[in-house]
This record gives sequence, C-alpha cells and structure tokens, in this order.
Amino acid sequence: MYVAVKGGEAAIEAAHAWLAERRRGDQSLAALTPEQIEQQLGLAVDRVMAEGSCYDRGLAALAIQQARGDLIEAAFLLRAYRNTLSRFAACEPVDTGAMRVQRRISATYKDLPGGQVLGPTFDYTHRLLDFALAAEGIEAPQEAEAAAGPMPRVTELLAREGLMARDAPDDGAPPPDLTREPLPFPTPRALRLQSLARGDEGFLLGMGYSTQRGYGNAHPFVAELRMGEVEVVLAPPELGFAISIGDITVTECQMVNQFAGSAEAPPQFTRGYGLTMGHGERKAMAMALVDRALMAPDLGEDATAPAQQAEFVLLHADNVEATGFVEHLKLPHHVDFQSELEKIRSIRARWEEQA
Amino acid sequence: MNAMPPLNHRDAAYNFAYLDEATKRMIRRAILKALAIPGHQIPFGAREMPLPYGWGTGGIQVTAAILGPRDVLKVIDQGADDTTNAVSIRAFFARVAGIATTTRTAEATIIQTRHRIPERPLTEGQVMVFQVPMPEPLFRLEPRLAETRRLHALGDYSLAQVKLYEDIARQGEAGTSYNHPVMVAGRYLMSPSPIPGFDNPKLHNSPAIMLFGAGREKKIYAVPPYTTVESLDFDDHPFRPMRAPHACSACGSTTSYLDEIIADDQGGRIYVCSDTDHCAENQGR
Repeated sequence: MYVAVKGGEAAIEAAHAWLAERRRGDQSLAALTPEQIEQQLGLAVDRVMAEGSCYDRGLAALAIQQARGDLIEAAFLLRAYRNTLSRFAACEPVDTGAMRVQRRISATYKDLPGGQVLGPTFDYTHRLLDFALAAEGIEAPQEAEAAAGPMPRVTELLAREGLMARDAPDDGAPPPDLTREPLPFPTPRALRLQSLARGDEGFLLGMGYSTQRGYGNAHPFVAELRMGEVEVVLAPPELGFAISIGDITVTECQMVNQFAGSAEAPPQFTRGYGLTMGHGERKAMAMALVDRALMAPDLGEDATAPAQQAEFVLLHADNVEATGFVEHLKLPHHVDFQSELEKIRSIRARWEEQA
Repeated sequence: MNAMPPLNHRDAAYNFAYLDEATKRMIRRAILKALAIPGHQIPFGAREMPLPYGWGTGGIQVTAAILGPRDVLKVIDQGADDTTNAVSIRAFFARVAGIATTTRTAEATIIQTRHRIPERPLTEGQVMVFQVPMPEPLFRLEPRLAETRRLHALGDYSLAQVKLYEDIARQGEAGTSYNHPVMVAGRYLMSPSPIPGFDNPKLHNSPAIMLFGAGREKKIYAVPPYTTVESLDFDDHPFRPMRAPHACSACGSTTSYLDEIIADDQGGRIYVCSDTDHCAENQGR
C-alpha cells in the first residue's frame, strides 16, 4: 500500500525530540556541562571559535554540546549567533610579537633568541592508546610556566638581512569585513586572509598538503610557529586613547618559501602567513601554505595548481556555505525531478523509434 | 671500539619492534626487491605507526623490519642525536624492541636518519635508513604518479635535465640546495631524500647499505653497497656540494656541514657542526 508523506509539523517535532534524546545519550550517565567541554575538549572549542569566527569559549562549548560534537554544525551555530550582535568597533592590530608565548618553535634555526618552547603539544607523543586514561584517576601534572623574555620574529631576522620580502606596510585604511561584504575577485590579501582564517581546517589542510606534493611549487619551511596570549586593544574615538579589553589565545605561523626573483626584485624568501584563534597549529600552518600558494600571480609564478586559484580556494573554503549547499540536496526536489523524468522518457521514446 | 651500550627493557605488550611478523616480512620483501633494482621505487603496504605520517614512519617501518635483538641503533635528525624527533624515535625503539641504542656513528649497526648522512665514513655492515618525505624525484615537475612511472620506465629524465638547465641559465647554478636528484647505477633517477647537496657524494660507492622508506607515499628504494650514485649535472656545470664557509665554533672543523644559529637579537650568528657525534668526537668528548 502506498502512503504519501504528509504533514511536516508532527514529523519535525518527533525528529527534534529524538535528536534531543540522542544528544543526551544514556540517562544513567551524568550529563556533560559546557564548562567540562570548555575545559577538557579545549581544542574542539578552539576550532569552533576559529571557524565560527567568534572568540567566546563558553558559547563555543555550548554549541559543541548542542551539536552533539559535530564541529561544523557547532561553528554554524556560533556564526548564526554572532550575526545577531551589533558590531561597534575594530580593535587595533594585535601585536603577536608581544605574545605571552606558551609554545614557540622554529624549524629553520636550531636555536635562536628566546629559545624553542615545545609547550603543550602532541608532537613527539607516541600515538599509543592510553588505557590508564580510561581507568581514570590521573592527576594532571603541574602546568609549566609560560616563557618570558623577548622573542624576535624569525622572519624579521631574515628581513633585516634582506633575504625576506617585507609585507606591505599598513596603509591605515579600515579593515575590510568579509562577513559584511561579498568577496571580490581579485581578492585583496587582507580579505583573503580573513577568508582563510574562518575557512574549514580540513579543506585548507588538503589544499596546503597538495602544494607540498607537487600541485603548486611550494618549498616551505616553518620559520616560526607560536601560540600564546595576546592583548586586544581598542581605541574608541570618543576616548581618544587606546584601552586593553582583554587577552585572547591565538596561534600564528610564518612559513618561509623561495622566490626565484624577477627583473625588479632579487631572489629572496617570501612568507605565507597563518593566524587562527585559540590553539590551532594545523590550521595556522595550512593557512600559511595556502596564503603563499595564492600569491603565485603576484609573484609572476605559473598558477597551475588548485591551491593557487583564488576563486577555487576562497569560494570553497567556507564549511558553513559548503555544508549548506551539499546538504540542501536532502530537501524535496520532486518538481525538478519530475521534469527530468518527463524529459528522459521523451528522449528515449525518440531513441527507440530510430533504433 | 667502545663497550657495547646497555640493552633497554622491552615493553612486552608489543611484538618485537612493534610491527607484526607478517608485516615485517612484507617490508623485507620490498627491501630485497629495492636492493636488486637500485634506485627503483618499490610500492609497499605502509601501516599507520604511532606517530604521524611524514615524521619518519617510512624509516621506522624499514628499521622495524630489519632490526634484530643484537642491533645497535642510532637515530639522528638534521645530523643531531639530541633533536626532539630523534630522541622520540630512539625512545620508541628502546621501548618496543629493547635494543641497544647509541649516539656514536662508529658503534651503530643501523642508523636511522632524517636529512643528514654522518660525517664519519660508514663501514661495511652498517645500514643507513632514510626517512623520505617525497620519494619521487620528479614530483615538482610532474605531480601525476602514473606519468612519472612511465617516465622512469622509459628512462626519460629530460624534465629534470631541462629544469637544471633553466636554473643554471637564470641564476648561474642549480636551484636545488637539498634533495638534489641523483642517478643510481646509471639507470634510475632517485631522490636522495632531503639531505643537503653536501651529503650527496657520501652516497657514491658507499660500503654501507642505504635504505629509503617513504611511509606516507608507500615506497621503498635502496642503494646497495659500492654502487655508483651521481648527482645530476652537466659536463660544463659540474655538481658543487656547498657548505657555510666557516669553521665550527665548537670543534673548529672546516670540513663538516654546519648549522647556523642566531646568537642574539641583533641577528649575530655562529656556526656549529650539524653532526653532533662528529663534533663531540673532534672535541675529544
């Protein structure tokens, strides 16, 4: 017997109830709190803040809980919330040179002023499942002190020697805002970096990886990767001076790449730049690789690989946009499909007549 | 020769050297094939290892496959025994194989390396295991693997030769400072893994076995002992190995490969041997 699917309202209500039940899981277990997620799933929180482009650990944790751990869904929740807030100012550029560093490594120099700081990292852990963790009762060791003292940027040391191209100085123009205006092509670097900063980590990882495997001409080195707290400073026009409004954790990656030189410029290193909110090394590194790949046309390099095509990369890096369009395929399409059915039947009828 | 380094205690929860016996056998077959066809890349079923692909899993799998209980393992990264990755890999094998480890090139039977060949000449019976990120020497010129396979079969290395010509025409010298491609036994073009060009001549006619493992790209290749290994060049532009024109600030060596270290905020620099064992030996330990 054929039963037409009717009446969305009851179905939607039932689905939401079912979803809520699934989210809660086994009721005999204690429910998670957003505070626990914020504290113990910190890297998930950081990723959601970066892709949701909203620095709020508590809201990101809530989004993760509500999304049942689906981090793209969580970023979506955060972005949708963020759009309800009024924008009142832009902060001064954060000074990552003055970062209170928790982690700082350079792959280009064995040692350098300020030293290498491994910090809290999975690097060099052997990926063996820790069954003791499942058995619980492990007390965390005392946290190490954040490194103090000046840490000059590695790229600056190279730039001083003339071996590294300097970035264009700040022209004082107000920063463009990707969340309020559509992306123009060609895209100015400031907007490109905004787009990459909120782009999907997995997508950028794949793009960055492709440049290393020969699709694009990358010879990258991590000049420096640093993570720590930076001060956010705001200069309200009515005050006339700058005030500190708090500290945020960011991860910054400066990637060094070769540049063969041209008639105007001698051979030198160029830099790819990545910055992400929270602790997100993979994202910051992938972003720096892609940023550098996207400079190909400006440097007169052949842009033949996917990662070097700004339209391709920037229009596909946004996971909230991407999931929307891919997942819209779940919506009813019976009207379009009916017309396809009629069309193919009509063409087949003619094909069979001729056969 | 010094006394044998002490054996480590093996974690009995794991099979000897971590990999199961069937996997080790599969890798050994690939190694034998690689030795039989010098410089040719042999595909193998690389496994997930407990560290990320690209951090030396190829080298670790090769080491695990050839390691015996009486072997003495040295692990270097950038020539140094004390760098984080080298320390980590050495600790891994000490734990899962319980073998003796050393920092001394002369004592080691197996040397796993990333980016350097030790300064001290290797001897018969020693095995160098290279961690290889990109086994395909043509990958920057032709990223499609199916196409590079065809070019290797035809011995068509004109792409690499033209690239070298273009570099010389544009900047007066070869563009590659590390990972400069080599011809092995006059047949296959091979990536020497990202060793500095300075180390390329050490591959030529070496008495040691050279094994190259690329885990992420799932390839093994090899240079058997006493095999010709020539860096790609032109008769009128011979290959030139380069090093920083300084003496080591620690041991005074003027022949070893040097690391540049930024010594102060003003960008002052000092130079020291990248091969930490060689440097310590020069300083009389």
